[in-house]
Amino acid sequence: MALADARAICPDLATRPADLAREAAALAGLRRWAGRYAPLVARDGADGLIADITGVPHLFGGEAALRADLHDRLDRVGLAAQSAIAGTRGAAHALARNGGGLLPEGALAEGLGPLPVSALRIDHETAATLSRVGLSRIADLVHLPRAPLAKRFGPALVMRLDQALGTRPEPVDAEREAPHFGVRMTLPEPIGLQEDVMAGLARLLERLCALLTHHQHGARRVLLELRRVDRETAHVRVGLARPMRDPARIAALFEKGVAEVEAGFGIDALRLCAEVTEKLPPEQLGPGGPKLRSEDALADLISRLGNRLGFDAVQRLLPADSTIPERSFLLAPAAYSAAEESPARRGPPRPQLLFPPEMVSSARGAQPGHPPAQFRWRNMHFSTLRATGPERIAPEWWFDDPAWRSGLRDYWRIETREGPRLWLFHTPQVAGWDAGGAQDWFVQGEFA
Amino acid sequence: MRPLPASAPLAEADPLALCPARVHEAEGRARRGFALFQATRHEGPLIWILPRHAPQSPLLSGLPEGVGARLHLVRTQSETDLLWTAEEALRCPAVGLVVAEPGELLSLTAGRRLQLAAEAGKTTGLMLIQSGQGSNAAETRWACEQLPSPAPDSTLQQWELIKNKRGTLKLWTVDWRGETSAFHLVSAAGERHEPAETPP
Repeated sequence: MALADARAICPDLATRPADLAREAAALAGLRRWAGRYAPLVARDGADGLIADITGVPHLFGGEAALRADLHDRLDRVGLAAQSAIAGTRGAAHALARNGGGLLPEGALAEGLGPLPVSALRIDHETAATLSRVGLSRIADLVHLPRAPLAKRFGPALVMRLDQALGTRPEPVDAEREAPHFGVRMTLPEPIGLQEDVMAGLARLLERLCALLTHHQHGARRVLLELRRVDRETAHVRVGLARPMRDPARIAALFEKGVAEVEAGFGIDALRLCAEVTEKLPPEQLGPGGPKLRSEDALADLISRLGNRLGFDAVQRLLPADSTIPERSFLLAPAAYSAAEESPARRGPPRPQLLFPPEMVSSARGAQPGHPPAQFRWRNMHFSTLRATGPERIAPEWWFDDPAWRSGLRDYWRIETREGPRLWLFHTPQVAGWDAGGAQDWFVQGEFA
Repeated sequence: MRPLPASAPLAEADPLALCPARVHEAEGRARRGFALFQATRHEGPLIWILPRHAPQSPLLSGLPEGVGARLHLVRTQSETDLLWTAEEALRCPAVGLVVAEPGELLSLTAGRRLQLAAEAGKTTGLMLIQSGQGSNAAETRWACEQLPSPAPDSTLQQWELIKNKRGTLKLWTVDWRGETSAFHLVSAAGERHEPAETPP
């Protein structure tokens, strides 16, 4: 039903947009919880779970008791759910979406008979065609010859029917649990010395790194939790400049953080957890040895700097596609970006240093549109020896930059008699300029 | 004074080379250009450390060839952080050149610590100091100025060695265009470097 139709029928209808990501996350949580009923639990469509409870019900006192227990627990947390237990996956799916219940063994065909054909996981069109020819219930299909049915409605219908009736097997393909990168250690006696904590950390790191190696992952952020005797918990967090699973190199980063921890009456439990991980396939150590070692050394340096100064403080210059000088490059955190070769130089020369525009004062001796012959900048006096320009740079109309609201800029390369070579600009579009008023000149860069 | 490593270049062969595994200082208005010139002559990653409040930053499209991709900028909150960062970077053997811009006077302790770090990591360091704010521990100190050039297509730099622990002091006038590591040593002032005009 369309939303407009629904609103026409019920004007007070409360609607909310579906949040598929959060729903899927909630279902994944429910799937983990459902592991208490069966070893194999899988998602069934976007709104269901299927569990293979073979050999389980007697632990709960029978199938009916198991289902009652499931509903009790879901009711207690406020979840409305429908469930069904049947001999096959298809039958359970059909029954759960049509009232729910319990189908005893050997009564599949009778139990499914009264259900509509749309319960068979077939597409909407096939279901509509079937009901148009008078086959609206599953019982109508069960006794029909299979070959004409397959010929007319396609093999999917027959397959779904067979799966529901159990003549074709359909196992529950439970998803593999996502690996959890966490290890812990409980100590018989509380410890307080820094060396003891580092020794415990070394043991935990060894286990964590073995776990990471097994799953071909590398840690990007590692959290160490130290639980004290008085139930307080201290956290030490380190970041890594690139995915890593080398215990010695990670342990070195923890030293400063562990030294700052207040041990109180002692620490009796350690927990180490890789909070953020990335894929890190095994690397072949071959002829690239020295280069690899130097990359490792640089990554270690960036990790050390990043953990003290913040990973945003270590930056790398990346080329960007813009003629605006300030936006012709990006400053990206070095830990989260790779170096890029900048394109070959072309066009007019660019200064090596860039700063925010600084206005020059007491400019004198300027022709209209030409840079001043003498000016002061940063309390220094300059006189122009040679001026090259102008190079006109237009603002990007698709990007509103407050600094560029003054319009076009004419850039000049000024060689001064005092030595420095500066990059000056003025803004010809600013009103009052052509009315004989003094032009404002700004310094924005310095050449070698 | 410790002996030089075996790979140190002879001063006569390359007068503008910085002695490796030592920390040097550069002052004057063109010190950042001098640092970029040295960056083109060192292989490997470059670490440039400057205070967070410093207004200037390198412009990628204006940097010499091959420097932009290797350059790592580190912005530090305080002077202590800056010196710590410089020391850590000097201790890392993978780094090619460490350039730092301290804002205050470099004490003898700080300078000596930097030298020890450079020796440990076999890395060269260059401190861009304000005039007269260097430390006595520096290996060499350069005073760098830009010169107005007589011809329109030249960019003259005057690099003067004003302190040298193992050599003499000298002044070089260099035409360096800031694009590659290539440079011209310009003949000393007073000598004629253009053909004499012939009488008509």
